[in-house]
Order: sequence, then structure tokens, then C-alpha cells
Amino acid sequence: MGMTMTQKILAAHAGLDQVEAGQLIEADLDLVLGNDITSPVAIKEMEKMKVDGVFDKDKIALVPDHFVPNKDIKSAEHCMCVREFARRNKITNYFEVGQMGIEHALLPEKGLTVAGDVVIGADSHTCTYGALGAFSTGVGSTDMAAGMATGKAWFKVPGAIRFHLTGKPAEWVSGKDVILHIIGMIGVDGALYKSMEFVGDGIANLSMDDRFTIANMAIEAGGKNGIFPVDDRARAYMEEHSSRAYTVYEADPDAVYDEEYTIDLSALRPTIAFPHLPENTRTIDEITEPVKIDQVVIGSCTNGRLDDLRTAAKVLAGRHVAEGIRCIVIPATQKIYLQAMEEGLLKTFIEAGAVVSTPTCGPCLGGYMGILAEGERCVSTTNRNFVGRMGHVKSEIYLASPAVAAASAVAGKIACPQQLA
Amino acid sequence: MKKATGTVFKYGDNVDTDVIIPARYLNSSDPAELASHCMEDIDKEFIKKVKPGDIIVADKNFGCGSSREHAPIAIKAAGVSCVIAQTFARIFYRNAINIGLPIIECPEAAAAIEAGDEVEIDFDTGIITDKTKNTHYKGQAFPPFMQKIIAAGGLVNYINQGS
Repeated sequence: MGMTMTQKILAAHAGLDQVEAGQLIEADLDLVLGNDITSPVAIKEMEKMKVDGVFDKDKIALVPDHFVPNKDIKSAEHCMCVREFARRNKITNYFEVGQMGIEHALLPEKGLTVAGDVVIGADSHTCTYGALGAFSTGVGSTDMAAGMATGKAWFKVPGAIRFHLTGKPAEWVSGKDVILHIIGMIGVDGALYKSMEFVGDGIANLSMDDRFTIANMAIEAGGKNGIFPVDDRARAYMEEHSSRAYTVYEADPDAVYDEEYTIDLSALRPTIAFPHLPENTRTIDEITEPVKIDQVVIGSCTNGRLDDLRTAAKVLAGRHVAEGIRCIVIPATQKIYLQAMEEGLLKTFIEAGAVVSTPTCGPCLGGYMGILAEGERCVSTTNRNFVGRMGHVKSEIYLASPAVAAASAVAGKIACPQQLA
Repeated sequence: MKKATGTVFKYGDNVDTDVIIPARYLNSSDPAELASHCMEDIDKEFIKKVKPGDIIVADKNFGCGSSREHAPIAIKAAGVSCVIAQTFARIFYRNAINIGLPIIECPEAAAAIEAGDEVEIDFDTGIITDKTKNTHYKGQAFPPFMQKIIAAGGLVNYINQGS
């Protein structure tokens, strides 16, 4: 029986010629990731293990990004715990404030994840690296601890859903609209325990940043991972960013898929997820009553990359954030921040009345840097709009693309760029 | 494994990790402190009423969202002896097994059991008994590999036994 792309990567890392959906395997890991929230719990668990330290100091990435620069004493203590563990174990890829970025934007940029890898991370959005043709998935802190100690993790080989992407997205339609459309279609548990395998000629029309956004939100459909084939654009990205050798796996022609969908990218419209689930999607055309807002966030592991900032700046150039609206822009890494500065994007944001922050996950998970009060509404390029996610339990989050978020900041209500004067 | 017995707290679909333990409390990793805010954004009464041994029953996709192990840790530290759901989100499922919080997938039990019912779970047989309604359900048994992790008391002990 043929294997999917995901199954082939897992088989190779388990030393097996063949695996099938449902099979339990133990796989070798190419990278184990943790952040300032999940690593302290993992470090505590690892200390209970009878091991002499980490399996490979070069194959662990520790990225304090959620509550840094430290938002309070307790988070400072968590960061200290991670920093000291990194020093003690001589972890090569520990990224201090100043070098750090939001983990899932940072790791591909630093060349730490490439096609064919098996990556686990104690963060649910670890599935992002599927954009490069890697198998990567989120786990908890105990799995991270076991991964750091042994270099291995157990997996149940996932079945798969195949998405055929065709055509070219229209102007102002991006990877975010593609993935919100898919989640709206299959639901927040539509891909539960499964891999989401993206194929088709439409992929050539998606930038790497679009693909990172799509793979990033596979978890919001319940997926174990999302994965793209490796094309020339992915090869060029890896060759530019990484010195590591990569391995390209392709699905067998007779691989088995539980479900198949075809999505015509040219037919997609700007799509917004209404409170309080990412599956509550509406196209911009389906919003008939004005949805007034209080805040806009443009950033996160989903949409804090350079393409995202360029799009937002294109919308905000020569315009101004509506009176009474707070617009918070967060470049995902220091490199993106610097590039945005060199391209003049930061100037555009500031002149438009937005604030620009150093890289942090902060507001996405209601940590800090943009918490919502009771009754407030936010259009956000982040990934979750659960009850209380960004603050008060009676606040509301509307998930959208950078284009819609920027246009909404100008309009003071949910809008797309075409609707601006 | 010891049987679990307790009173049921009932929730619906897609109970996410942000309501199980809001991120504003993730500057702590202390189980007791996390437990004191468990389910706060979905049910303020939960932590006031929960007693050791009590059981959470929910519909589909329980534990969706973040990978935070703080979520099963908070539930376990609150005294909950088992979570029964129609389905679990996969990271929550792994985390629960890895930290030794018993969970069972059983759509029939999840649909029929109501808040306040007294329920008993026999983990060896997978039988769920609603003592209030005098009904029985068969939960899905864990694969042998996961049973070994649970029997060892979690992944850390399992790895220690092997080394």
C-alpha cells in the first residue's frame, strides 16, 4: 500500500520501509523545540529522568517568546530557568532577547528546520514547518522532556486528508484566507489526529509566507500536521536560509487518503473567523451589518512575517488608523523587524498611527501587549478566537488576514482594502 | 488501575485549553496554583464545587487549542479522577497520558451522562457506570503501548524503567 508524504517521513525516521495509519512507531527527532511557557515544565520533568543531560545540544531550540521581554516577576523566573538550563547543557540554539523572535517564524529563518525533518515542539503551532516539507507537530512539555533526553518520540501514524489547491488567489487574498476557508469548511476538529496534505498547481501561486500561515493553522482544524510538497520556491528558501542538507519525500501515487477536497484559490474571498471558534467563518461579502472594533493586532506566528507586514503597510500607506482604534503591529523576528525598517514599513505604520512592538507572542494568547477589556472587539491576524483568549471573557476576536486587519484599523470596523476610500 | 468514582461536571463541544487554564495564569507552573483557576473562563463554580475523585464529561474535541500541559495538570491537581469525552484533541490526549490523567473516549457515555450524576469507571475493563441512572457504557480501551505508559505512572517513569 502506498504512503502519504507524512507517512514516508515518519517511516524513514523510524527505520521502517513501510508504515500505515494507526501504527504506533518510535521516531528519531531532528529538532526539539520549547518556549518560555512550556520549557520550564519540561525541564522539571527532565530532571526526574535518569539521564545525563540532553541527547544532542545542537538539536534543541529554546526560544523565550511568549512573555518576553519579561512581563512580570514570575515570567522573568521562567525565562531564567530556561536560560540557565541552556547554559548548563550548552544548548547551541538558545535565543536571548535581542536575537529571539516568535519561534515558528524564527526557526525556518535560522535554517533550523528543512524538508524531510521530524520536529516536535512544545507549542501547538509547531506544525508550521510543514510549509518546507517537514513533519512537525506540537506536543506537551513531558514529550518535550523525553525528546530532549532521548532524541525520540512515539507517534501514532496519522491518516490523511488531501487538499488540491488550484488557481491563483485574487489581490488581497492570502494564505490566511485559504486556511480560514478550509477550517470553515471542515471544522475545528475536521482533521482530528490526521495530516493535512496540500497538493496541486495552485501552490506555485502561494509565497513561502502564505504556506507558513496555512501549515501554521493546521492545528486549528485539529490536524496533527500540515504539509506541502517541496517545489523550487521551497528549495530556494531553504538554500537561502539553511546550510543543512534536506531530503525531499513525495507521496506514493497509490497513497490512501480518508478525504479529498479541491479548492479553487481564484474563487476565495477575504475570510474572517467570528467569535468564538476559528470555524465560524464568513467572507467579507457575507458581513452585512457593520462590526465596529476597538483594536487591531497584526503579527504572531501566523502572520508576523515580511509579506504580512508589506501587505499591511500597502493598505496603511497614506491613510490613518481610525480615531479611537488601537493598531498594534508586531514583526515576528528581529530580522523581519530590521527588514521592515529598511523598507520603510515601520515608518508607514507609525505615520498611520499604529504602534510597533519588539517580537513577542504577547497579545495573541492574552499574555500582555494588547489585552482586551469587557465588551471590546479586536480584528487580529493571530490564530485563535476562543472565549477569553485575548483578555476579558466578554471580549471578542475576529481572525483575519493582514490586509483585512489593516483595512479594518482604518475603517474602525471590519473591512477589506477595496472598501476603503 | 484503581477505579474512579465521583460526581460529574458536564461541558459541551470544543472545550479549549484557554478556558481550561487561561494564559494569564501561565506565568506559573505550580499545579496547585493552576488548579485554583481551572475552568475559570467557562465555569466559575467548578473550582468551588469540585471534590477529589470528581469526573468531567464533555462532547467532542475536548482540550483543543494550545499544547499547554498546564491544562491536564490543572485538571488533575483540581482532584478530577477522569475525563470522559466523545473525542479529545490530540495534543491534550498525549499530554493527559504522559502526566497520568486518565481519559476515556466514549461517545455514548458523553451523550447520556448528565451533570451531577454519580459515575464509576473501571479502567481495567473500560466499563463506565452511571450509578444515578443505572446505565453502563463501554469506553475505548487504550492500545497496549499507552497502557504501559499509564501503568508506569506517566512517560517519565516509563522512560526511567527502560533505562
